[in-house]
Amino acid sequence: MAAAEGIEVKLIGAWPSPFVLRARIALNLKGVEYEFLQEKFGEKSELLLRANPVYKKIPVLLHHGKPICESMIIVEYVDEAWPAAGRAILPADPYERALHRFWASYIDDKLNPSGAALSKTQTEEAKVEAAGQVIAGLKLLEEAFGRLSKGKGFFGGDDIGYVDIALGCFLGWLKVMEKTSGVKFIDEEKMPLLAGWAERFCAHEAVKAVMPEPERLEAFARKRAASAKAPPANQNTF
Amino acid sequence: MAEGENKGLVLLDFWVSPFGQRCRIALAEKGVEYEYREENLRDKSPLLLKSNPVHKKIPVLIHDGKPVCESLIIVQYIDEAWPDRAPLLPADSYARAQARFWADLVDKKMYESGTKLWKLKGEAQEEAKKEFIEILKLLEGELGDKKYFGGDTFGLVDIALVPFTAWFYSYEACANLSAEKEAPKLVPWVKRCRERESVSKSLPDPLKVYEFVCFLKKVYGIE
Repeated sequence: MAAAEGIEVKLIGAWPSPFVLRARIALNLKGVEYEFLQEKFGEKSELLLRANPVYKKIPVLLHHGKPICESMIIVEYVDEAWPAAGRAILPADPYERALHRFWASYIDDKLNPSGAALSKTQTEEAKVEAAGQVIAGLKLLEEAFGRLSKGKGFFGGDDIGYVDIALGCFLGWLKVMEKTSGVKFIDEEKMPLLAGWAERFCAHEAVKAVMPEPERLEAFARKRAASAKAPPANQNTF
Repeated sequence: MAEGENKGLVLLDFWVSPFGQRCRIALAEKGVEYEYREENLRDKSPLLLKSNPVHKKIPVLIHDGKPVCESLIIVQYIDEAWPDRAPLLPADSYARAQARFWADLVDKKMYESGTKLWKLKGEAQEEAKKEFIEILKLLEGELGDKKYFGGDTFGLVDIALVPFTAWFYSYEACANLSAEKEAPKLVPWVKRCRERESVSKSLPDPLKVYEFVCFLKKVYGIE
């Protein structure tokens, strides 16, 4: 449990968002109590617009009323603001930190966009090509797992760390995509390390209470697609 | 392999790259010696391809044989590997989060938006100009009356942004966009940064940058 009375922590977010999930997992790892402010779908609150005027996106962490934006920056902030609580999210060694930052960056700059591209494909041919890109990206992470985990159960080693959070937040949506596309992304035979890791990650006590069930995500996606022909204006792009 | 052959610092870079310049500035701020290696981006060296197999891009900092990739990750690595001097990030965790946010914003916006200024023409270029001016004004607002983006100390955000100032001349020549006129509060900041040896030695001559842009335009068949 985080020490110090009167610590005021709020998280502006929405339950389906993998980026919001990152912040929640980090806070859970540190045992930080926080108030979750669920945004209404399709409209952005005054608080959000004031707290994140540059991007107007969730998640936003409010610590003593001061906003921190961008999910992995929030994760790193949580790691630094509660250094004594729980386990370190980033390793101590500068080179290891650089490696973890590199792969988190890869996930955001390449892997996630390839997943978004897949979800937008219209033809079977385009879908196959896009799925191939996602799988190629995951294969790189399978290799990276070997290097970063040093034989332990997570990218962070013994426990969940920076890259685990960066990647694991997408596992729910990945399961939804597997169902809708018919493609198996994390195949136990082709990616045994990631397959084992995915199970461990989802079962982790800092994760399981906040990670939405794929069925719930699927229902959400269906409802969103049905309610708007135009691309939704809400925050849950991914 | 001879013992000690891998020891030391090597920076794989390309002279005009603002991303490479960030690393040069950070290394100079820390007063750290390194070997600068110019890459031919049309014929990338085996060392570059081995060191950055994922992106195959410069800059790459190789420290005792171990490669670090992505310019802002390299700058933070340099800061953390030499913690005893010239801190590039503030001590306070909230201030650090702000520094990372604005450095990330520069990364997300400046290069792409700036590139559009010389690559596009006509209405598309006008759109790009509007977008670029918005970014400049945003940065100007964040700087305010401070000496540097982080306050009194030169740091991550300054390092992330200042290399793009060498392209201001090119933006004016190609798109008739004067960064100085659109964001006048940035002008004293640019001057202040350029007075630092780490910056003045790392940034290219804006005229040479313009020559390079003209060369690229020929290559891309842009008038």
